[in-house]
Amino acid sequence: MPNLANPTVFLDLTRRALPWLVAVTAALFAVGLVLAFLAPPDYQQGETAKIMYLHVPAAWMATFVYGVMTLAALGTLVWRHPLADAAQKAAAPLGVGFTFICLGTGSLWGKPMWGTYWVWDARLTSVLVLFLLYLGIIALWRAIDDPGRAARAVAILTLVGVVNLPIIKFSVDWWNTLHQPDSVFRLGGPTIAPALLWPLIVMALAFTFLFFTLHLMAIRNEILRRRIARVTMLAASEGDALAPALAAEGT
Amino acid sequence: MSDLLADPHLGFIVAAYALGAVVIAAMIGSVTLDYRRLSAHLAEATRALESARDGTRGRQR
Repeated sequence: MPNLANPTVFLDLTRRALPWLVAVTAALFAVGLVLAFLAPPDYQQGETAKIMYLHVPAAWMATFVYGVMTLAALGTLVWRHPLADAAQKAAAPLGVGFTFICLGTGSLWGKPMWGTYWVWDARLTSVLVLFLLYLGIIALWRAIDDPGRAARAVAILTLVGVVNLPIIKFSVDWWNTLHQPDSVFRLGGPTIAPALLWPLIVMALAFTFLFFTLHLMAIRNEILRRRIARVTMLAASEGDALAPALAAEGT
Repeated sequence: MSDLLADPHLGFIVAAYALGAVVIAAMIGSVTLDYRRLSAHLAEATRALESARDGTRGRQR
């Protein structure tokens, strides 16, 4: 088992894995989109149901990414894993992207189906809270200069915000919402016809692979950022060591 | 496909897929551009460190 805590080993593994991940992601998106556009129309929603092939995987990823960030927060606070805070920092902007797709496509589905772009429904509101939480986490990273303190503060905020995940999941059961209840991950199995379910599964896999690919790339960027900081500091200290000699020579 | 083109809500479907494509392209673009920028910056910082070390060695001799 390679030591993934070692950034050099991690960079080497990333370099080898990325071409494969990119290829699998592109193939899954190609197959998923073809299946989605060949899928029959829904008997009630008609062709508008095609928006679901983007909206539902994006919604799953919005919560999944937060789950990954929660694990990374535990890695920072409990196990003090050297790459945990990099993983958390790298995941937050991706969470923003997936949550934005979820909210935007849901809104574009809501107008023709519900007659409105937005309602303050429990599911919609809790996903909006998730979106704001992602933005708050990114803002907190940028607000604290010391990377160690920033990582701990962000990890604590992430762990506090995890309470929103069960609220999102069960909001359709706990409250009388306009949003439809779960139709895939439910006791008793999915209620969607297989012809509509398969494109959804392939698109969900495509979104998952997209996240893992971009997450690895973004963690690699964080490692490079740290190396730049270290090399710049070393160069500055070498310059400081040289400064007295230069001053004595009057240069 | 003809059903899709005749659908009265085609504009909403196209807008949703366009939104998804733009956001995904932005995520891919920002991570890729960040990598290029950081790689160039790291190479520059490494060169600066090497020239600073060369300067220190030269003074020590």
